[in-house]
Amino acid sequence: MTAMLEVEGVVAGYGGAPVLHDVTLSVPRGAITAVLGANGAGKTTLLRTLSGLLRPRAGRIVFDGADLHGVPVERLVQRGLAHVPEGRGVVTELTVDENLRLGGLWRRDRAAAAQALAEVYELFPPLAQRRRHAGHQLSGGERQMLALGRALVASPALLLLDEPSLGLAPKVTAQIMALLAQLRDRTGLTVLLVEQNVRSALSVADRGIVMSLGRVVVATESVALRADEDLRHAYLGF
Amino acid sequence: MTSPVATLAQRAAADVPPPRRRGSTLLRHLAIAAGAGVILYFVTYQLDPFRNYQLATAAAYLCATAGLTVLVGLSGQLSLGHGALMATGAYTVALVQNKFSDSGTTGSWTLVVSLALGIATATAVGAVVGLAAARLRGPYLAGVTLAVAITVPAITTTLDEIFNGDQGLSVYVEPPPLALGATFPNERWQAWLALVAALLTMLLLANLVRSRFGRSFRAIRDDEVAAALAGIHVARTQVLAFVVSAACAGLSGGMFAVLALSVSPSAFALTLSLFLLLAIVIGGLGSLAGAVWGAALLVVLPDLTESLTDRLTLSPAAEQRLAGNLPLAIFGLTLVVVMIAAPGGLQGLVRRGARWWRAAPDARRAAD
Amino acid sequence: MDRFVFLTLDGLSKGAVYAAFALALVLIWRSTRIVNFAQGALAVVTAYVAYSVTAATTYWLGFAVAIAAGLVLGAVVERGVMRFVEQAPPLNAVTVGLGLVLLIQGALGMIYGNDFRFFPAPVSRHALDIGSLPLLSPYDIVVFASVLLVMALLAVLFTRTRVGLRMRAAAFAPEVSRLLGVRVGRMLTLGWALSAAVGALAGMLVIPTGLGLHPTAMDLVFVTSFTAAVVGGFDSPVGAVVGGVAVGLVLSYVTGYFGADLTPIAVLVLLLAVLLVRPAGLFAGTKARHV
Repeated sequence: MTAMLEVEGVVAGYGGAPVLHDVTLSVPRGAITAVLGANGAGKTTLLRTLSGLLRPRAGRIVFDGADLHGVPVERLVQRGLAHVPEGRGVVTELTVDENLRLGGLWRRDRAAAAQALAEVYELFPPLAQRRRHAGHQLSGGERQMLALGRALVASPALLLLDEPSLGLAPKVTAQIMALLAQLRDRTGLTVLLVEQNVRSALSVADRGIVMSLGRVVVATESVALRADEDLRHAYLGF
Repeated sequence: MTSPVATLAQRAAADVPPPRRRGSTLLRHLAIAAGAGVILYFVTYQLDPFRNYQLATAAAYLCATAGLTVLVGLSGQLSLGHGALMATGAYTVALVQNKFSDSGTTGSWTLVVSLALGIATATAVGAVVGLAAARLRGPYLAGVTLAVAITVPAITTTLDEIFNGDQGLSVYVEPPPLALGATFPNERWQAWLALVAALLTMLLLANLVRSRFGRSFRAIRDDEVAAALAGIHVARTQVLAFVVSAACAGLSGGMFAVLALSVSPSAFALTLSLFLLLAIVIGGLGSLAGAVWGAALLVVLPDLTESLTDRLTLSPAAEQRLAGNLPLAIFGLTLVVVMIAAPGGLQGLVRRGARWWRAAPDARRAAD
Repeated sequence: MDRFVFLTLDGLSKGAVYAAFALALVLIWRSTRIVNFAQGALAVVTAYVAYSVTAATTYWLGFAVAIAAGLVLGAVVERGVMRFVEQAPPLNAVTVGLGLVLLIQGALGMIYGNDFRFFPAPVSRHALDIGSLPLLSPYDIVVFASVLLVMALLAVLFTRTRVGLRMRAAAFAPEVSRLLGVRVGRMLTLGWALSAAVGALAGMLVIPTGLGLHPTAMDLVFVTSFTAAVVGGFDSPVGAVVGGVAVGLVLSYVTGYFGADLTPIAVLVLLLAVLLVRPAGLFAGTKARHV
């Protein structure tokens, strides 16, 4: 079976010098892949390039067998790619319900959208209790649930998650990670998870990719990453 | 081919004022102003009276546009009400001049006194508006200054024993001093007066822009929070910018009273405030040279379109429709096109051209 | 007392138009952070279109064509001009708006001339006596009904429909909306189209109550409605409506009791009074956003 996502020789950045230099990696289906690395390693830039917010200057991105070159950002969600941006991306002026419905708006089939919405409410009971609350009234953990739930309403094949643990209590982070594992096991969801919190990311990830200064330095099984002490010291700081 | 890093550095260099040359900035500015003064002195002898009057008008506009570009372009506060501040200066000059004339006081010094009082009044009004403005941002600031702009006719009508309502006041101004000769053209005298005012304004503003205050203005415009953390008193600095700019507007208004020999609310309508703003944006926002371009445009553009319509042979009815409307449409179109194609205004284009000229030898060498 | 009631009703009728016009300004501000200074001029264009159509056919056909022209004009202005300055510093958009005003007023003057033209009202503007008091005219009722209808339609559009949800999301969080499949550019165009159509309606309602049709006929209405939006808070549609009605009432009382000359001063005093207490308008606060 082919990989869900193949990235070959991607160069990308914001004006000036590139942030990503010749990045090549592969994300296997039905697994959680963690992208790890220090601040400024290019993790967020990688996700922004994958979801089309940034255009790569060189290289190829193949998602589910199709080259994404020239595909507008707005079309990717229909193809099954969902991106939960850094800082969660909850629209704080809208209510919980409106945020979630937003995730399913691209669907023509309204019954399927309603079905997906109901499933997400089932998955996150706290959200169901706060349907009418505005985004800015939620706690950090609830916002992360909302952002995740909104991505799931789109029933994606690949979920790009940027720093879900940012600013959350360890217990809440653990809950989120457990949920990702559960989704992978139950529905076969593919996840590309960007994290600074290496321990919690590796607690659920099947594979780990370590980035440094815009390049991939290691890509291997997460078991091997956890075991390799030198690597951990050099790039991951624990 | 230039590397991306090099272009970044160039871009950064373009945003920073050129490095300080040795010697005092004040002396250099004085030398430039004196040089400009000497050249303009000879120019006024070459121009016919009508052109001299136009030069005087442009110089009077320059006092206001230079002050406004410092306020809007450097301190980042939008004002749609500078026409009203000009009106304050103009009416003060009119009232004081007429008082002098009624009491039989004569002498060239009287004009200096009334212009100083005009500046003082506009400064006081500017301080009040500036105090309110320092609390406001974006559309709220625009809204208040817009409301200030439209109060002029209301005030002149309400207090019409003083301001004589829509009719306005005529202004008594003494003829050129006899020492210049009995046949000295009045327009050349007016041009001298306005040019002295404009050069003084430019000199003071150029030094202000290069001073600690100028740097504080830019710091606040770029990032208020960072400026406050760097120890700049944001509100006080913003009020100062407003006050300085109001003083310039007061001088400009006073000069208009002297040039037109009359003041009336219709001369200081909302459109004047907007035209001032448009002039500095087309000229190049935040740049004193851009303010010169803008002031020149305010005089040249209507004149240019008028001579254009004169050239066309049209039926009287069509001519009547084009008169006034064609310049308006052309001005509007210019604004839209400049804003989209060259947001840095004319001065931005000049700078880009100069940079290209300086960079050209390197490019040639690189091509060899 | 009679006079007070009369002035109140008159203020409400004027305020309804200011509210609609302020609402159109707020719609655009919320989605693009641009104050559309050309809104008055755009409304005048649609009124001239209505004038031409009405002269050849009927008033109501002209009315409908004016609203449609507003939709088209708003979309054209956004796509053709404003799109290029949406990312630029705010003053660029202000300048482009003012440039459009001059261009439009110049062009209309060249086509139609600068005379005031009689612009008809569809029903009588003479007040009906209600128990010996001349209170409301049939025209006032048309004004109230159409403004209320438009506000209700907009409220339903924004809170009850899928496209309304898309528009709000695109306005508040453009990048996140794109990731969720919302065509943000289209939503902005639609916002401008709607806003210009609401502006067209306000223009159709207010021009018959003034001196007549003229390229500058909406200038004062624009300034007044801008004030209304500032008073209410530029980020709040409810604020725009409240601000519009408040400004309408203040202007009516000041004109009625002190004379029309004082109204600009009253507007300034009202603005300062509100903004010195709440520098971002009456309805700012809970929705404060950090840019």
